[in-house]
Amino acid sequence: MSTQLVSARPVRDVATVRRDFPVLSGTANGKPLVYLDNAATSQKPRQVIEALTRFYTEENANIHRGVHELSQRATLAYERARAKLQRFLNAADPHEIVFVRGATEAINLVAMTMARARFRRDDEVIVSTMEHHSNIVPWQIACEISGARLRVIPMSDAGELDLEAYVSLLNDRTRLVAVTHVSNSLGTINPVKEMARLAHDAGVPVLVDGAQAAPHGVIDVQDLGADFYAISGHKMFGPTGIGVLYGRADLLDALPPYQGGGEMIRSVTFEKTVYAPLPAKFEAGTPHIAGAIGLGAAVDYIRHLSWEWIHEHEHGLLEYATSALTAVQGLRIVGTAREKAAVISFVMDGIHAHDVGTILDQEGIAIRTGHHCTQPVMDRLGVPATARASFACYNTREEVDALVRGVEKVREVFG
Amino acid sequence: MADLRELYQQVVLDHNRSPRNFREIPDATSTAEGTNPLCGDQITLYVTLDGDVIRDIAFQGSGCAISQASASLMTAAVKGMRKEEAESLFRAFHAMVTGGPDSQPDTRALGKLAALSGVRQFPARVKCANLAWHTLHEALHGSGEPVSTE
Repeated sequence: MSTQLVSARPVRDVATVRRDFPVLSGTANGKPLVYLDNAATSQKPRQVIEALTRFYTEENANIHRGVHELSQRATLAYERARAKLQRFLNAADPHEIVFVRGATEAINLVAMTMARARFRRDDEVIVSTMEHHSNIVPWQIACEISGARLRVIPMSDAGELDLEAYVSLLNDRTRLVAVTHVSNSLGTINPVKEMARLAHDAGVPVLVDGAQAAPHGVIDVQDLGADFYAISGHKMFGPTGIGVLYGRADLLDALPPYQGGGEMIRSVTFEKTVYAPLPAKFEAGTPHIAGAIGLGAAVDYIRHLSWEWIHEHEHGLLEYATSALTAVQGLRIVGTAREKAAVISFVMDGIHAHDVGTILDQEGIAIRTGHHCTQPVMDRLGVPATARASFACYNTREEVDALVRGVEKVREVFG
Repeated sequence: MADLRELYQQVVLDHNRSPRNFREIPDATSTAEGTNPLCGDQITLYVTLDGDVIRDIAFQGSGCAISQASASLMTAAVKGMRKEEAESLFRAFHAMVTGGPDSQPDTRALGKLAALSGVRQFPARVKCANLAWHTLHEALHGSGEPVSTE
């Protein structure tokens, strides 16, 4: 059982971790796979794959409504997964954990319900220049619906938010601050705890997009002061199609439902429908039961590693790769914030990122190229696209060496 | 295994580095915009038609080597052609880049455009190679709507 994992001594070595991820021993284009696209999605350990198989093999049933034994087991497993996510985020109550499709749906849930219930004409919502499109577009739609306005925190050339400008944007029309914990394209770790404190001083709640923060460091929503926190399961060793919206109970209670359907009601008549309490109110329809259980297994997996080791190892990779890539002639790293996660965006003189990606792919090295769903970041920094290597705790220095050899090959091909 | 040298042939690298017909034609009879949203390739194509004949053609844009070299090679190839000759060349080009790794490009019909034959081994790059041609089709026949490869 996965619970035994947690009580064992934490794992702190990369070879052991790599053995848990079957895909990492595979090949791409005939070369050993070097997977450096973790900001797009993480690979899955066999513990998660087995949890999915076990659920479908032994426990599959719909939840919360069956009188039969199998349904009760499925319900128990699903609610246990919720409790695991509560502990993972240090939420005060399991009812504050809403299962959604991913961070995108989590943000849309808050944006759409707030647009209906809270935002009025000329209200303001604050986002930052470095947001992923999924933390921009939902707010643009919410503004379109409600007549509210979007305000944007500026960013320095290094990729750090201008906190003075942020403070001056907060005013009595501000209804929400929505900011990313870690930038997916630059790696910047934002001071969200301080930003939340500043917002709260102005009486404004804060939504934190945590998609890039898990599984790279401890997330404590209460310590951060996050009123809402969004995560995607697939970026933290879990399945695709499942994620979590954490929301402070009083704030979630005050919002109207996002979608209507089964599960989210207490009683329905044509005269009046009474909604279910949290979290069911926001979980209309049959949820991704297996996904939630798989995400619970991913959380167990992360907990059996040592956070301290994850941080040391990933930070070591970041420093090693930063210095090795900086030494490559004609290569420039984009995003040089003081506080960074293990994400390195770069551009090469006279060579487009897309060509870099194709040549690295021939070497078995998987990176992402393009605007990374952060077009405003590209516009702000004046680059059309970047190549991005993003690391997880299963990556190694040898893989960084392969990346560096790969970019040297790019230079060779382009002469 | 796909061959990088075949994808990035000297002709392709040369047209990427020094694109031909890279300028604006202020009084063009037709212009069209093309984008490849996935990777951000972007071109603006200017065409001066004299009846049915492409009297002048030029482009501006930014993007990967394949998209820019393809635009450059295309402008050089179709200048002076009749519209239907250009369309027929597009069909031959399209067949070449989507033919798959084992196909034999029709080098006689394609001329210098055959330098992009390596694209047929890289399905992810077909859109980059085709962008300029889709944009040309739009400039010659289109509604004036921007072309997108998505």
